[in-house]
Amino acid sequence: MDYETIIGLEIHSQLLTRSKMFCRCAADYTSASPNTHVCPICLGMPGVLPTINRKAIEYVIMTALALNCSIPEFTKFDRKNYPYPDLMKGYQISQYDFPIGVRGHVTLEMGDAKTISVTRREIRITRVHLEEDVAKLVHRDIPWGDSYSLVDVNRSGVPLMEIVTEPDMRSPEEARQLLIKLQSILRYLGVSTCNMEEGSFRCDANISIRPIGAKEGFAKAEVKNMNSFKAVFLALEYEAIRQRKVVEQGGHLIQETRGWLEEGTTVSQRSKEYAHDYRYFPEPDLPPLTINPSWVEEIRSQLPELPEIRQERLVEQYGLSFYDASILTSSKPLADYFESCMKLWQGDDQERKAKILSNWLLGDFAHLLNENNIEIDESRVTPSHLIELLKLIEEGAVSGPAAKKIIEDIFHTGKRAGDIVVQQGLTQITDASDIEVTVKQVIGNHPQAVSDFILGKQQALTFLVGQIMRMTKGRVNPKLANEVMRRELEKLC
Amino acid sequence: MILSQEEVNHIALLARLGLSNEEVERFREQLSNILENFAILQEVDTTDVPPTAQPIPLQNILRQDDVDSSLPCEEVMANAPRREGNYFRVKSVLGKS
Ligand SMILES: [Zn+2]
Repeated sequence: MDYETIIGLEIHSQLLTRSKMFCRCAADYTSASPNTHVCPICLGMPGVLPTINRKAIEYVIMTALALNCSIPEFTKFDRKNYPYPDLMKGYQISQYDFPIGVRGHVTLEMGDAKTISVTRREIRITRVHLEEDVAKLVHRDIPWGDSYSLVDVNRSGVPLMEIVTEPDMRSPEEARQLLIKLQSILRYLGVSTCNMEEGSFRCDANISIRPIGAKEGFAKAEVKNMNSFKAVFLALEYEAIRQRKVVEQGGHLIQETRGWLEEGTTVSQRSKEYAHDYRYFPEPDLPPLTINPSWVEEIRSQLPELPEIRQERLVEQYGLSFYDASILTSSKPLADYFESCMKLWQGDDQERKAKILSNWLLGDFAHLLNENNIEIDESRVTPSHLIELLKLIEEGAVSGPAAKKIIEDIFHTGKRAGDIVVQQGLTQITDASDIEVTVKQVIGNHPQAVSDFILGKQQALTFLVGQIMRMTKGRVNPKLANEVMRRELEKLC
Repeated sequence: MILSQEEVNHIALLARLGLSNEEVERFREQLSNILENFAILQEVDTTDVPPTAQPIPLQNILRQDDVDSSLPCEEVMANAPRREGNYFRVKSVLGKS
């Protein structure tokens, strides 16, 4: 029997407001010492009154619009009751039956680098709502077996937006792609830092399997505790296989919550039957909200250009491939960087220049950033640095291999390409007679490789050309070096 | 409307209250009384009354996103039953719902 995998996600992201959701404590606690961003309201003292942060409402409307949701005119907050030490009041202010945004969708473009083809998948968004984050618990184990928890209330009351999708994803990769897409959209909007490792972006997943063609599937598992995109992918892969095995071995799947462990498995978190008895009721301390269509339109008019639209524009304006444009626009800083560069490199031939630039941004420069774990907008290589280098290559003053060394140098020192070329003597050698001296030296130094070549081993030529590049610090045009070397070797045959 | 012992125990569990048998019996009676009173309200014909989340005719009371100073840590910790550094210390609870 063949099964398909059914996945739906719940994504929580902390909103980038200055103050918390219902009080005026500072929301950013990343560098705060414990329990310093705390007041009677977020501490849940009796008798205090919460007030609604307008910015948080606007950020959720903004997100809902970007996710193609409708914004009903009526919305309200509700109390979700459950006892846990991270919940100061014994309830969380959330939204139950009237969320801010409903019924939207996101289009996934599943790109294939090899075939450069793109398949589109539409994932429906059920709802987008607003709630408050809870306090942070730090677990401590005492050596003789006992354990306790420490509570830091700084995070309590930070605005938290929840996005719920329909169970429309059919593979762990689609789930991962959806997260990447949402992260990109939320970052374009500037509503959240969306950092999974730091906890400002969290994901729970519902996953089940269903015999292909059947209407009803088996019981779903809710997977929690995944704190990276990779973890989401691996946990869902694991679950998809585990559920198939259970069914194939005649076992019985039950609806349960399972936690992802770093070792690479999920384990059942035996939740008791009363766990979901949240007894929601309307929050009596907060009056309901009417979201006027004119308010919605005002926010819509302020939406920035979103990744999909920008991608289409880049294809149109610079003749980039759809695939390149999709990677360039996946991150706003990267797309901004690309466009700043193009502004500095005007003139005719824009399409060719755009292609060269995008090759650098997605190739050597991307490598350098990844290796050093640096964001593009934090790099010493500014658009003006990069374009100066690309112009030198265009003029023939610098060879391709030398340029790779130069960009590393700029990356580490912030020097200008022109200065590096002069200081390190990296000007390209284009004159064949200058190269001949080096070629003869290399031939003299490597008699074994030379005889290998004469005996017909073509790799020997690659090795010998490599030696030329090494001796000249990559200053020679590799094609020219190849030509001269081959000519000299053939004289020896 | 009379609540069962099981229902009272369930409510006590949700509120994390440990009740003696005698208390279960007492609350069963008291809670049943409250429910009976609400049952009277249930008799009112509300066919044409829209559901309301709030009796006060207020709407859209929003605040600007401004930061104000928080409480000094000593005041935050003033009522802490148990403290470790500037953290509240609580019993470990496993199996988050
Ligand atoms: Zn506060």
